[in-house]
Amino acid sequence: MAPRIGVVLFPGTNCEYDAVRALERLGATAELVWHGATTAAGYDALILPGGFAHGDYLRPGAIARFSPVMDAVAGYAADGGPVVGICNGFQVLTEAGLLPGALQKNRGLRFLCTTTTVRVEGDDTVLTAGVPVGTELAIPINHFEGNYTCDRTTLDQLRDEGRVVLRYTDNPNGSIDDIAGVCNAGRNVVGLMPHPERASDPLLGSEDGTVLFRALLQSAGAATPAA
Amino acid sequence: MLLRDGIADPQGATIERALPALGLNGVTAVRAGKSFHFDLVAADEPDALARATLVADRLLANPVIEESRVTVRPSAASA
Repeated sequence: MAPRIGVVLFPGTNCEYDAVRALERLGATAELVWHGATTAAGYDALILPGGFAHGDYLRPGAIARFSPVMDAVAGYAADGGPVVGICNGFQVLTEAGLLPGALQKNRGLRFLCTTTTVRVEGDDTVLTAGVPVGTELAIPINHFEGNYTCDRTTLDQLRDEGRVVLRYTDNPNGSIDDIAGVCNAGRNVVGLMPHPERASDPLLGSEDGTVLFRALLQSAGAATPAA
Repeated sequence: MLLRDGIADPQGATIERALPALGLNGVTAVRAGKSFHFDLVAADEPDALARATLVADRLLANPVIEESRVTVRPSAASA
């Protein structure tokens, strides 16, 4: 049966249909999950897509982490369910404490909208399972606050535990250690600033994002948390 | 609220680089922050401080990168 993916929709999210389209193109069933939902049961994976949840007021993700659905997302993640935050979704996951670190304003204070090359650094996460380490993917970024930061202890821990999932080959935003994506200790929660859904069709100039979504769908089939 | 020591502050750095244009040299360590002001009903000052600190720690600041300082004073309405 086709994996069923929940795409979480906050007020101000704007990449939800891109994500749905990219997943459906690979044969998955994708459904929007409103931020007021109190359960995420029945999904094989969850995606928190990009945008400006709750207007990004205060800080990106700072208000969204209090949306009712976030308790459900946290419970789902704690049960081992695959959760992927893309761009604003990554920011929400860090604010919610489901991923370490924080996303600051870009070095140089410029909004960046460009295609980056990212290198896969770990092949044991729900988003990169089976993707050879060292694989380089051309995937766009589109953000003002994408400058990943964390304290020294956390950075050492991320490196030692192999939890840096993606690195930029040419750091666009000042992220510490060129980090473009990280995962939690369980490797089932992944956040990344690049937008794989915007590199999911030849018409978009790159299909490299499908490499990640295929891996996610594979993981989604393999690890369905009990409802 | 200010970014923690050691956390790069691109906003502060940009402001710092602009200052020589005013003829102001020798200004260093510029840090940009935010301040929030609100009214709060509380039994007394320690209670107000405790509750305002909760607001600061749980919502207004991201403890990963920011630290907050809270001050309370009687509002005009309660005087």
